[in-house]
Amino acid sequence: METLGIVSYGADIPRLRITAHEIASVWGKDGATISKGLGIIEKSVPSIDQDTATISVESARAALRRCHINPQDIGAIYVGSESHPYAVKPTGTIVGEAIGATPDLMVADYEFACKAGTAAIQTCMGFVKANMIKYGLAIGADTSQAAPGDALEYSASAGGAAYIIGKKNVIASLNHTYSFTTDTPDFWRRAERKYPSHGGRFTGAPAYFKHVTTCATTLMKKAGTSPEDYDYAVFHQPNGKFPVSVAYKLGFSKEQITQGLIVPYIGNTYSGASMVGLASVLDVAKPGDKIMVTSYGSGAGSDGFDITVTDHIEQLERSNAPSIKQMVDDKQYISYGVYAKLTDLLYWE
Amino acid sequence: MSVPRFWREIPQRYNLIGNKCEICSKVYFPPRESCPVCRRKSIGHIKDLKLSGKGEVFTYSIIHVSSGEFEEQVPYPIAIIKLDEGPMITAQIVDCDPDCVKIGMRVESTFRQIQQDGYTGALYYGYKFKKV
Repeated sequence: METLGIVSYGADIPRLRITAHEIASVWGKDGATISKGLGIIEKSVPSIDQDTATISVESARAALRRCHINPQDIGAIYVGSESHPYAVKPTGTIVGEAIGATPDLMVADYEFACKAGTAAIQTCMGFVKANMIKYGLAIGADTSQAAPGDALEYSASAGGAAYIIGKKNVIASLNHTYSFTTDTPDFWRRAERKYPSHGGRFTGAPAYFKHVTTCATTLMKKAGTSPEDYDYAVFHQPNGKFPVSVAYKLGFSKEQITQGLIVPYIGNTYSGASMVGLASVLDVAKPGDKIMVTSYGSGAGSDGFDITVTDHIEQLERSNAPSIKQMVDDKQYISYGVYAKLTDLLYWE
Repeated sequence: MSVPRFWREIPQRYNLIGNKCEICSKVYFPPRESCPVCRRKSIGHIKDLKLSGKGEVFTYSIIHVSSGEFEEQVPYPIAIIKLDEGPMITAQIVDCDPDCVKIGMRVESTFRQIQQDGYTGALYYGYKFKKV
């Protein structure tokens, strides 16, 4: 019997890091207090030659290195991001060309704050299930922006993950998916503006918590499961506090969320956040493991997935690409001055 | 760089597509129309070959004074890399301090932004190399 699910996965995290303490020292704040308050020790920073396109390509290539599919069999590529390098000109075409999937395929770029990548997974699921394509490639990646001095500066980071969706040699079946969506303006970036704005505490209860809890609860109802049925749970991680808090509220334990909680070490990779968390889980998952993933995108919505790891994960050549832990550990610290240069905070004519 | 010129070179810049003479087995990057060893015998016998992107540093230099558009990256290493398939290729080494680059160091290609035409022009992507 054919199973719809994840055929392979890959991720890319830039190796530069800046600590919350370093950022706080520039703005006269107490780094220890902020780091503890946000649950973020440090965040990844893209180097001057890295952007959403390069992270997407490296993630997709990592996914392809782990499995043995012909890139020409990929019938669709969807790249979710809120930091596409071009406002007009798709990132997906760059990815398609760089992995050898062009020209017979569908491509589009997605934007839905931090959940555009999981929306891309759902799109690929639909096309694969309808037998319109053999494989779909869904990517969530960002080099997220934060205004100097804003609270987001401690978390907005860079990274992404790519998932090949198909029906053959599936390593993790996508059993159920559900989305909860409302019009909730908790975070936004107006057209042609460089930095996003947000509603402060409004991003919490009526936004992140309402959508994630409703999505996860409804998903479990549809799947006929309860929190104790899952070995791992991954929630969108804008900081280190929200996902832990929502997990406990839903009835999940610390043991279930630790493997997929990467934000303390690399910050919030926005469209990549829950997908990088899932990649970390798949790095260690065993056949039969059950995983729940719930993303969140401001504006607002949540995508939930009920996943079961299959026996085929033992055949996936996971060591052909670096694990999330290896990428988290491979790092180089930079000062705020270098950070300012790399993230285009310095202007001169 | 003009957009059409970059666009023509996308197979080489993104995927290291070189070619190979089927007569003498010599591999070329960038690809050649004919093999300079086998000359006209090679016509029709040159086939595209996707290079592995793996090789070692043959020699290198650290750039301290660059042309304008790369000023923000100094100091950075530029190396001549001997690819496992044979061709030599010139590329920037990334993700390491300049003093970590050594002759004989194993490297692999990585996909990076190479250049951009200012704040409003096209973005150009391609290969750079990093330590394995």
